[in-house]
Amino acid sequence: MVDRFKNFICRSYIAVIMFFLYAPILVLIVSSFNASRSRVIWGGFTLRWYVDVFSSRSIMEALYTTLAIAFLSSLIATLIGVTGAIGISAMRLRNYKIVMAFTNIPMLNADIVTGISLMLWFVKFMPLGFSSILLSHVTFNIPYIILSVMPKLQTLNVSIYEAAMDLGANRVYAFFRIVLPELTEGIIAGFIMAFTISMDDFVVTYFTKGAGVNTLSTMIYGELRKGIRPELYALSTLIFAAALIVLIIVNIFTERKPEKSSGRL
Amino acid sequence: MNKRSLLAGPYILWITGFTVIPLCIIIKYAFTSRDGGFTAENILAMFTPVHLKAMTFSTLAAVICTLICILLSYPLVMAIRRLGLRGGSFSVFILILPMWVNFILRLLAWQMILSNNGILSMILERLRLPAWDISNSKTAIIIGLVYDYLPYMVLSLHNSIDEIEDDLIEAARDLGANGLRIFFRIILPLSVPGLLSGIVMVFVPSMTSFVTANVLGGGKQQLIGNVIEEEFMVTMNWNLGSGLSVILMVFVLISMTFTARNDDPGSESKVW
Repeated sequence: MVDRFKNFICRSYIAVIMFFLYAPILVLIVSSFNASRSRVIWGGFTLRWYVDVFSSRSIMEALYTTLAIAFLSSLIATLIGVTGAIGISAMRLRNYKIVMAFTNIPMLNADIVTGISLMLWFVKFMPLGFSSILLSHVTFNIPYIILSVMPKLQTLNVSIYEAAMDLGANRVYAFFRIVLPELTEGIIAGFIMAFTISMDDFVVTYFTKGAGVNTLSTMIYGELRKGIRPELYALSTLIFAAALIVLIIVNIFTERKPEKSSGRL
Repeated sequence: MNKRSLLAGPYILWITGFTVIPLCIIIKYAFTSRDGGFTAENILAMFTPVHLKAMTFSTLAAVICTLICILLSYPLVMAIRRLGLRGGSFSVFILILPMWVNFILRLLAWQMILSNNGILSMILERLRLPAWDISNSKTAIIIGLVYDYLPYMVLSLHNSIDEIEDDLIEAARDLGANGLRIFFRIILPLSVPGLLSGIVMVFVPSMTSFVTANVLGGGKQQLIGNVIEEEFMVTMNWNLGSGLSVILMVFVLISMTFTARNDDPGSESKVW
């Protein structure tokens, strides 16, 4: 009886926090169906913004830039981060510590300082624009890749790799057949994290973007004063729905894994 | 250096080019005046009343926000553990999902909820409760900050509390410890690494954010982040902005010492 009551308290508490986290999202979803352009008055149900959003060139361009930056920066960060993590884990303890301390800098440093310092550096040798945003995003994405791959590297059983070499595999073959599969989960987790952070970033992009280029974040920020176009609510509802579907699929996929391995045991 | 550590080459080049050099440049800007000579003025500018006020409010807001996040997160993580929603995927899933809605839009939604004739005041009116006007106030900013960074605290606490063995807790219970005692003697001490990284992940960004204060404070309440942003984007005094940024960085360095001990791979065997 007491246990049941305690479980009830736990459930209610989780529900309250969920409400806190999702209430604003609910408000946005409702606004995306609001026929009135006003933020507070309900003007009836409409799907108009969902149609209009695709014909707005500026929004589509910003969406394209956001996705391209997120994808390219996560990809480049994954390549540099995975090879980097393998290299760092082979270092002597002192060097390992030094490099890991530097790895933490972009994660711990205030976004505003990261953004400003990169901007001050970029203006010395290149015009601000798509490529300066890309370089900045790679910079803050790499640590997420390294930190999610590193634990997998540390639990990796080196004997299997050596056994493969003894059996005649060369380094490259042994890497792709033995090491990479072990790291896959960490790489995917890091990639998703990096992609998410990059999509959601505003501050670093704001300082390094220059004029003329916009991601969704900087576009929304620019429209704050004059009022956000309701098409953007529609777009963010669509992105949210897409993310929900993708995450459910990823969740089902990773949920099954432990069952498989426990079956093997 | 063995052959394998050479693989870190591109990464080390990258951090040199895009982390170390930019930091040196911002420090150089901080210590030069507009005409190029050496000066400490940009650093000392922090101690003028306007900047001090912003800095004090930022620190205060960050401390309050971090405390609220800690107080909200522990029960949440314990509740998730108790209900057996373990393995992480559920909670991580639920906490990461809101990040896919642009954070400025989420803050804007809070503005719609908290504003004078917004959703909250409408609900209060319907319930015949007294109005609670917090639009454009410091309270609104703190609600926004807690909303922004709560997931980080929950995730890092979750990571360390999820690792605690059930056996440990059962043993304590068998030996007669009650729930409160188990929490303070076992769970709290074992969650310290997660707590520390959570504090850093919440404190630093909540102290330095400027968008939250812009959207929810109506431009009336200034955090130090707003002051720095203005120096760069409005006043165009890059040297002063850099000076204030460097002071912020010192705060980051202080908080880094909190997490430094978590990096020690000492006991783990190096397999690669």
